[in-house]
Amino acid sequence: MQQGKTIGKTTNLTTMIWNESYECMGHEELREVQNKRLRTTVECVYHNSPFYRAKMQELGISPNDIETIDDLVKLPFTTKTDLRDQYPFGLFSAPMSEIVRLHASSGTTGKPIVAGYTRKDLNIWSEVMARTFAAGGCNRNDIFQIAYGYGLFTGGLGAHYGAETLGASVIPISSGNTEKQIQLMTDFGSTALCCTPSYALYLAEAVHDMGVQDKLKLKVGFFGAEPWTEEMRKEIEEKLRLKAFDIFGLTEIIGPGVAYDCSAQHGMHINEDHFFPEIINPKTLKPVKKGEVGELVFTTITKEGMPVLRYRTKDLTSLLYETCSCGRTSVRMHKIMGRSDDMLIIRGVNVFPSQIESVLLEFGEAAPHYHLYVDRENNTDTFDVHVELRPENFTDDMSAMLGLAKRIEHRILSVVGIHAHVKLVEPRSIERSIGKAKRVTDKRNLY
Amino acid sequence: MNEPLIIKQLSIFLENKTGRLTEVTRLLGKAGINLSAFSMAESSDFGIMRVVLSDPQAAKKLLTQNGFTVTLSDVVCLFVPNTPGTLSDALLILSEHNVSVDYMYAFAMDDLARVIIRPNDIAKCVEVLQHSNLKLMKASDMYYF
Repeated sequence: MQQGKTIGKTTNLTTMIWNESYECMGHEELREVQNKRLRTTVECVYHNSPFYRAKMQELGISPNDIETIDDLVKLPFTTKTDLRDQYPFGLFSAPMSEIVRLHASSGTTGKPIVAGYTRKDLNIWSEVMARTFAAGGCNRNDIFQIAYGYGLFTGGLGAHYGAETLGASVIPISSGNTEKQIQLMTDFGSTALCCTPSYALYLAEAVHDMGVQDKLKLKVGFFGAEPWTEEMRKEIEEKLRLKAFDIFGLTEIIGPGVAYDCSAQHGMHINEDHFFPEIINPKTLKPVKKGEVGELVFTTITKEGMPVLRYRTKDLTSLLYETCSCGRTSVRMHKIMGRSDDMLIIRGVNVFPSQIESVLLEFGEAAPHYHLYVDRENNTDTFDVHVELRPENFTDDMSAMLGLAKRIEHRILSVVGIHAHVKLVEPRSIERSIGKAKRVTDKRNLY
Repeated sequence: MNEPLIIKQLSIFLENKTGRLTEVTRLLGKAGINLSAFSMAESSDFGIMRVVLSDPQAAKKLLTQNGFTVTLSDVVCLFVPNTPGTLSDALLILSEHNVSVDYMYAFAMDDLARVIIRPNDIAKCVEVLQHSNLKLMKASDMYYF
């Protein structure tokens, strides 16, 4: 394995390919690797996960039916609901004695999604994150400021181990405390910043308010965990004077590092020697034609702790199969274009309209009429919940009325995990629709 | 005895949207219902319009039919001379008898001020004010239908 080999590139950054033998592997050779790894994974889950064994038996298949990647279509899908139903450890294929790390995603309807990692899984994760950082032009001489949250969230520790694997110097500052972030950024001379794109914009504004933009040494930033636009990329790049890279990942698969931008920034390279992507039609569940938009599905083919077969991300995108101008052969994915379900990501938290509905039901609404408005002001997501007041809940007492809105806000905070502004509106003022109601107005234009 | 002194006030839930208040007054005007007094309580998102009018029951029915959310609540209308200190005297009597005021609105002109009071305890409020020789408006003087 030739790690960290520099290849000639036309960009102003020294572009490195961290693991050239895999990232630039010929298609046929890569396919052989994937076939072998898929067979091993299917054997593993069939014998170690009662959940997957039952699912496969239901479909009348055994590991013998899976020879190559082309046989993937025979395998069962995995959904977020499956992960929730199997809470906490039901999907693990390794015994707890082999699990060395647990992470959990922001809980959606009550229970979070739990992921367990073996030592080898953590090494894979560090490897794919090192690839990500190298593709952004970073190496052992860089100083990484990790401003993703550390903890159950995969962002902080995922970036941390990746940057250490790269050999860079790591500042594990975690998220928040903007003044301290900027102080260390200038005093320590951070060259790489890892955080959410909205926090990057927030930091950028604070930097300008403090007038310290000339003291920054940032070269690059790796921004992910929430959708962002090209306009945001330009704004971050201008304000922080760095090159902004997108990173894609999800806890269910490994965390950040599933796919990454290279210097060409024309689609994110998927680490397909570890996470094999498919694009399906979310209605028929059949694979779409090459290059068409559909729902992104991943099968992990090297993980031991919690391998997943055909995990439906509900994210809509398309794949690019041509070899990239950067020299990498791995398949690329376009930015996420939308969701095949109605999930919203607000301030980094997954929110389903059905959760809001369940809260309103608690307040005595048999069929609550509500509308969610999401927007972005000063780089922070705003979340407004308009709820029709029930005539029987109306009183002449202003403080009681305000209290009702406050109680709904508190309940949403405890169920969903974020603050919403609840606005009581007049009965029958929210548009009625025949068929599926349109409950959400997202003005952020993130896709 | 106390009953005719209690006035039915109509409270209307209004979203902070242009045209809602106009719609309320238009409907009432068209139906020949007169407004004697009103006040607005507002928050950033919605307001409560409190109105004393000539026919509270008819107004309630009319506005409900037109999609408004309304409720009736009990208030009293106190007369005090339009001179300095008279309101203070009246309020002192209420507080001495542990009657608190949820809200009030008033207007004074010529010799007399009229004060609409929404107390926490309407029956006690009426009783206390009557015993203190303060004058309350009769509901029948307010309603003319």
